[in-house]
Amino acid sequence: MATEQTRGLGRLLITPAVAALFIWMIVPLVMTIYFSTLDYNLLNPGTEAFVGLENYFYFLTDPAFLASLQNTLVLVGSVLAITVIIGTLVALLLDQAVIGRSIVRLMVIAPFFVMPTVSALVWKNLLMHPVSGLFAWIATSLGLRPIDWFAEAPLFAIILIVAWQWLPFATLILLTALQSLDEEQKEAAEMDGAGAFSTFFHITLPHLARPITVVILIETIFLLTVFAEIYVTTGGGPGLQTTNIAFLIYSQALIQFDVGTASAGGLVAVVLANIVAFFLVRIVGRNLET
Amino acid sequence: MARQASPARVLTTTIAAWVVGFLIFFPILWMVLTSFKTELEAFSTPPSFLFFHWTTENYATVQGRSDYVHHAINSIVIAGGSTLIAMLIAIPAAWSMAFAPSPRTRDILLWMLSTKMMPPVGVLVPIYLIYRNFGLLDSRVGLVAVLCLGNLPIVVWMLFTYFKEIPKDILEAARMDGATIGKELVYVLTPMAVPGIASTLLLNFILAWNEAFWTLNLSTSQAAPLTVFIASYSSPEGLFWAKLSAASTLAIAPILVLGWFSQRQLVRGLTFGAVK
Repeated sequence: MATEQTRGLGRLLITPAVAALFIWMIVPLVMTIYFSTLDYNLLNPGTEAFVGLENYFYFLTDPAFLASLQNTLVLVGSVLAITVIIGTLVALLLDQAVIGRSIVRLMVIAPFFVMPTVSALVWKNLLMHPVSGLFAWIATSLGLRPIDWFAEAPLFAIILIVAWQWLPFATLILLTALQSLDEEQKEAAEMDGAGAFSTFFHITLPHLARPITVVILIETIFLLTVFAEIYVTTGGGPGLQTTNIAFLIYSQALIQFDVGTASAGGLVAVVLANIVAFFLVRIVGRNLET
Repeated sequence: MARQASPARVLTTTIAAWVVGFLIFFPILWMVLTSFKTELEAFSTPPSFLFFHWTTENYATVQGRSDYVHHAINSIVIAGGSTLIAMLIAIPAAWSMAFAPSPRTRDILLWMLSTKMMPPVGVLVPIYLIYRNFGLLDSRVGLVAVLCLGNLPIVVWMLFTYFKEIPKDILEAARMDGATIGKELVYVLTPMAVPGIASTLLLNFILAWNEAFWTLNLSTSQAAPLTVFIASYSSPEGLFWAKLSAASTLAIAPILVLGWFSQRQLVRGLTFGAVK
């Protein structure tokens, strides 16, 4: 259908975008690979030397790597579980007959638009502060001992903050998917005597399988690189308790200025993300007809 | 026909939904309330919910002491600039992929998507060093460039899914009537593409406004947008809750309004068209 003329024009129009992204991806990536083979510290300029795979060995055997890998997995896994389960429940609730649903929906999605530094600091100070925070007051009023969140359960505190930020995303996508579910199918199931639970498990949940997969994959991409929330609340501490891979690499690069090791770590992060990306790209590609 | 729910059931679900909505929204509400308290009341236990001495002094102090407007302008320039440039690069590309697809279009789209999957921390070191050597650290130009490239895949994808929905028959008809490609663009495509372009613009402005990896790592003061400015309240000596709340409220208010307008596009933009 497209003529030769439009084909040529099409190629011309697509070139800037492809070229820009190609340079953006290739140049830094090649540099990262190159740096990762060097003993290179910004504090000792001029002493760079080729060390082969030593940085990888150093990075992967560093106890900090295992600790931060574990923290990353716990963070990603917990936030995914919280947002998908609660998100499904909230979406089911909002899919019912609710008076003023559009206002409720606005309140539910609001956290997604709050910049990460704001949500982290508001939670850390106004809500989770062990003495003057609202949670402490609630705990004391109920006769409980207030929790010093960032000392006793720092990673859990970060998980709560990040889950609050991503809950709207899961809810909104699952709600959108629910609203496209055929009402008649549900009615037919009910006429056949299916109860609310069996309707949910046999009709609603299978219908949500794909959107849930999409939510999990996309959230994983972003959750693997959670940074600002840690940066403004704990700075990775106490000890390494809230250091994830992204924060570990940041501190090696911009606090210890160890370019070589940070680059090796960066490539490890790229590989981890690509494992997830592989599945996401396949799912998105499957329903893409050009 | 939708089922008719009984009044009792509607009442139950309505109450439940409002409670859930209120709980999720509460941290934001609490922040806004705190921004109107004095520092003393912001700290006080038990906390006062509505019956406190309402004051707007925090808003005045935030501007007076820390030059809030300077950082707000940086946010507008960086988010706006990176979005506009991304649109200029992405509109032709998306147009060509939607209307003159080649056998490779699908692969190009998926490749663009995969660049978005690259964790920013993987290229932090080289970008930081390049920026340092070219004097781009703490510069608006540097942040515009990095945010523009970072969001380009999403912009292309969103525009592509919108342009795909413009019926091609219309183009055929215009061509039959002797319209040139230029006229086709101006009179036929543009009016139909405007809603999609506007939504893409909006969502990407929001994403760029809230971006907090590159802005925290590549700017400190001169080019620092609001994300970085708010982060400066994390230092122990800067723990002024009422002022933190006032600054935060100012930083998120405009984007919250824009975000509420763009909620439909959010689903589509962030799932790369996989959920509509």
